[in-house]
Parts: sequence; C-alpha cells; structure tokens
Amino acid sequence: MNNDIIIETKELSKSFGENLAVDRLSLEIPAGEVFGLLGPNGAGKTTTIRMLSALIAPTSGEAWVAGYQVGEEDYQIRKSVGILTETPGMYNQLSAERNLSFFAKLYEVEDIPGQVERYLRMLGLWERRHEAVGTFSKGMRQKLAIARALLHEPKVLYLDEPTSGLDPEASKIVREFIIDLRQQGRTIIICTHNLAEADRLCDRIAVFRSSLLALDSPTNLRQQLFGRRVVFHLVEAQEKFAQAISQYDFVKQTELIDNKLVVTLNEPDQQNPFLVKTLVEHGAEIRFVGEVRRSLEDVYLTLVNTQKENNHG
Amino acid sequence: MDKVREIIRKEWSEVFKNRIVLFSVIFMPLLFIVIPLGILYSMRGSVDAEITGMMSDMPEQFTAMCEGLSATACSQYFLILQFLVLFLLMPVIIPVTIASYSIVGEKATNTLEPVLATPITTLELLLGKALAGVIPALGVTWLSYFVFVGGTRILALDPALAKAVLAPIWLISIFGIGSLLSVAGVCISIMISSRVNDPRVAEQLSTLVAIPLIALFMGQSFGLVQFDLTLVLWTTFGLLVLDAILLYFAIQLFQRETILTRWK
Repeated sequence: MNNDIIIETKELSKSFGENLAVDRLSLEIPAGEVFGLLGPNGAGKTTTIRMLSALIAPTSGEAWVAGYQVGEEDYQIRKSVGILTETPGMYNQLSAERNLSFFAKLYEVEDIPGQVERYLRMLGLWERRHEAVGTFSKGMRQKLAIARALLHEPKVLYLDEPTSGLDPEASKIVREFIIDLRQQGRTIIICTHNLAEADRLCDRIAVFRSSLLALDSPTNLRQQLFGRRVVFHLVEAQEKFAQAISQYDFVKQTELIDNKLVVTLNEPDQQNPFLVKTLVEHGAEIRFVGEVRRSLEDVYLTLVNTQKENNHG
Repeated sequence: MDKVREIIRKEWSEVFKNRIVLFSVIFMPLLFIVIPLGILYSMRGSVDAEITGMMSDMPEQFTAMCEGLSATACSQYFLILQFLVLFLLMPVIIPVTIASYSIVGEKATNTLEPVLATPITTLELLLGKALAGVIPALGVTWLSYFVFVGGTRILALDPALAKAVLAPIWLISIFGIGSLLSVAGVCISIMISSRVNDPRVAEQLSTLVAIPLIALFMGQSFGLVQFDLTLVLWTTFGLLVLDAILLYFAIQLFQRETILTRWK
C-alpha cells in the first residue's frame, strides 16, 4: 500500500444472503482528501462505511484503512477511525459531557476531560454540557455526534449524511466545521444525498450503486460526461453564427436558445478567443460570455440512469 | 476491565433513572422482606392450640422436619422456607428488567452502532451489560437475605429457625443458585432483546424464566417437591449447564454484524 494512500479497497464485496450490497469495489483514497460516496438508497454506501470501520466483515476482497487490514486488524482500525452514524444515537438521559466522556473512555483517550472540553467548546456546546442530551435540538445532537467521532483524533473520519434533517443554519455550521477539518488535513469520507453539499466539500466523489459507476473530482466528472458549455449572450442570435463556429473540430455541439448561443467544448480557456473572434467577424454583437455549469445532480442522475438502462437493456 | 467498568457505570447512571427499573430493584426486595417478617411478627402472639389445626394442612414431609418445635414455631419455619424460595426470584427479575431496558434502550436510541464502532470487544460490551444487571440483582438479593436472616433471629419463636435459614442448603441456594439464575436471566434477556423493540415486551418475555421458580414455590407449598440438599445440588449442576449453553448462544447473537444488520 502506497504511504500516501490511507484507504485502499480491492474488489471489496459484501452480500447479505442473496442480496449483493457492495460489488467488487476498488478505491484508493489519499490522506487528507475529502471523499464523497454518492448513490441511491440501498446502493451500499453505509455498508461500505461499516466495512471500512471494521463493523462488519467483507464477504470477499480486501481493504486497508490507515495501514491496517480490515478483518485482520479491526481493533487498530476502530482506534484509527471516527464515525458519524446516519442516526446520531446519544444517551438521552445523560448530559452532553457524560456522553462524550463515556465514548472517550471506550476510545482509550488519555486526557478525557481535556478532549471533551476541547470539542464541546469547538462545537459551541460547552455552556450546555451539563444538560441532558434529550433536551437538545437535532442540530445540537448532530454536532455532539461529530464531537464524539473526533474525540480520539482519528486519522479517518466517516460522516454518514452529516446534514440530514438539519435546518439550513445548522447545516451551514456543520459544513463549515467539515471545511475546518479539511484544512487540518484530516481524511474525511462523506456519504450524502445532498449533491450540492458533496460538490462544495468533496475533492473527489465515487458514484456507485452496489458497484462503482464513476470516480473522479466533481469538475472532471462534469467535463467527462457533458464537456464544458460556454454561453455567448448575443444582441441577436442567428443560425449563421452557429454554422460559423461549427467549423472548428473542438466544437462538439452548438445550440441556439433565444439570444444565446450555447457551445460545448473541452478547453474553453484556450478555445474561447477563437470563437469570439469568429463570431465578431461574422457580425455577431456579443454582450458577454459565460459558462453553463452542470450541477452534480445532472452528473449523478446521468450515471445512475445510464446504469439502470444498461441493466434493463 | 476499564471499559467494562465504564459500561457498568454508564448503564447504572442511565437505567436507574428509569422508574420501572428503580421500582423493581427497590420495591420487590422490600416486599419480600416486609411481608414474611410482618407475618412472623403477627404469629408471635398466636397460641399453639390455634395453629395445631393448620398443621394438618401442611405437607407431610414438612411436618416431619418440625421435630422438637412447637406448632407455632413449626408454622413459622414453614413460612420462612416458602419465602426463602421466593428470594430466588430477585436475582432473576432484577437483571432481566435492567438488561431489557439497557439493550432494547440502545436499539431505540440508535446508540449501539457508535458503541460498536469503538475499539471495545464484543466480550467487554456483553460483560459490561450483563454485570450491570447481575451486580445490583445479587447485591440486593444478598442484602435482603441478610436482613431477612436478622429479622428471623429477632422474630422467630425458636432459635433453631434462625439457624435453619443459614443452613448450607439456603446458602448454596441464595449465593450459588441465585448467581446462576441471574446469569441465565441476563442471557435470556439478551437473546429476547435482539428480537423485540419494546423494553417492556423484552422484560415480560424474559421474566418467563421465573416460571420454574414459581413452580418450585407452588410445588413446595403443596408438598409435591421436597426442597432438600439433593434437589439444590442437582439444580445447581443443571443451571451450570444451562448457563453455559445460554452464554454460548447469547455471545453468538451479540456479534457486531448480527446487531447492526439483524437487530431491527
């Protein structure tokens, strides 16, 4: 295993009886990366995280986390990873402080009071540390669960739906905290249905539905699937402008929509000057030039629907 | 052992905030002490002539044990023995109640997964949960037993009765059978808790383990069972085997993967 790679899976599979939850997943995640696992419900995201947390054993294949092999060195893996589970279960009758100190003990944290105070303060819960968790809002509970996952300073942090069910304000706080953690150089694996969030936070994403459908940065995936689309806002759009620029091999597609000419190409930074020049030579009056950004949702839906069609076809 | 101790501490600080658990830990022992001692006290004023009639209703094997005792003392002895059998219910009911709430409670609050994600072994977790139920149950049972023995010393009409409650048969029963019953109760609770989502249902089903004890109590009352040393030793041996089998199945059921994927 490469020293910079903190998580590696080779043909990792998991079946529950007849049901194949994860099918031959092969991944390499470098240390310090924020990695998104995207996929529909039942795609195997949580199962993958559970295998990589040494909570459940793979049916076949191999995986290493922080240098330890899943299934062989599970104790060390559990010490090296922190996990925010999909439902942030907390002991409602106990105080926030007691909840954290309990988990700190199980994680064999040396300075329990220090670490508990550190994360309660960091997440703005210190003033309410003596209150029973049952009285906390969902956002506060989520923050407490994140604190719990970080108490033992894990090398890898798994966040399963970190902002699910939170109001926009609480979601923002959690997102900003994840950005802080990224800046500290932690490796973070996020499972989410919130594609805008994945787009904003993740260096790379894996879209999968039992098996891996795509793996790259959100920008690269957009480009691979759709190319980059540049929009020329014109005073008056005419068919001849589209024909004029279609002469270039690098122009993949042109489309006239109202007074806009939308052009699909690969390298707009280098190719736009030729297009602008050509359009002006053909009499086009350009108001301004912009880029149409495809959403990650488009990428995701295209990948998932293509797989569905392939399966049915 | 640090983690086991921490699990026990956490369980206690949580389950003892539950009124039903608190009720079973405090109320049942009180009931089992106050009622027999109250009856013993009330019998002190009885005269043998009144009791002699009642003696004919007692099982024959029992009256044979009353040699040298007055009719009233014999009745007191009979009463003491009946209640001593009931003392074996405590180490079953109390851990069953605690374990039901502690395990099903974890399912209800979704706290098992974060606990299992820590570097705790399944054995440490299971041991912590089991001891959190067994320790208070045995503590309360033994304390109640000693209070009962003390009360008997004061209220029994014949000093021989005070000695009888400290006979080896009862010491083995309370300390040996009681402990084994506790372990059996907790194992059954764990197994039932894996299949249900309501702590009350788990508790009710788990308390079915007490049925043989109630049968023993009834059998002894009606003279069908002679609670003697042979029976106690056979019961101890049988429970040892039963506990080993139950422990095996409880540990098998309490595996991380089983809990996460099948405990719904």
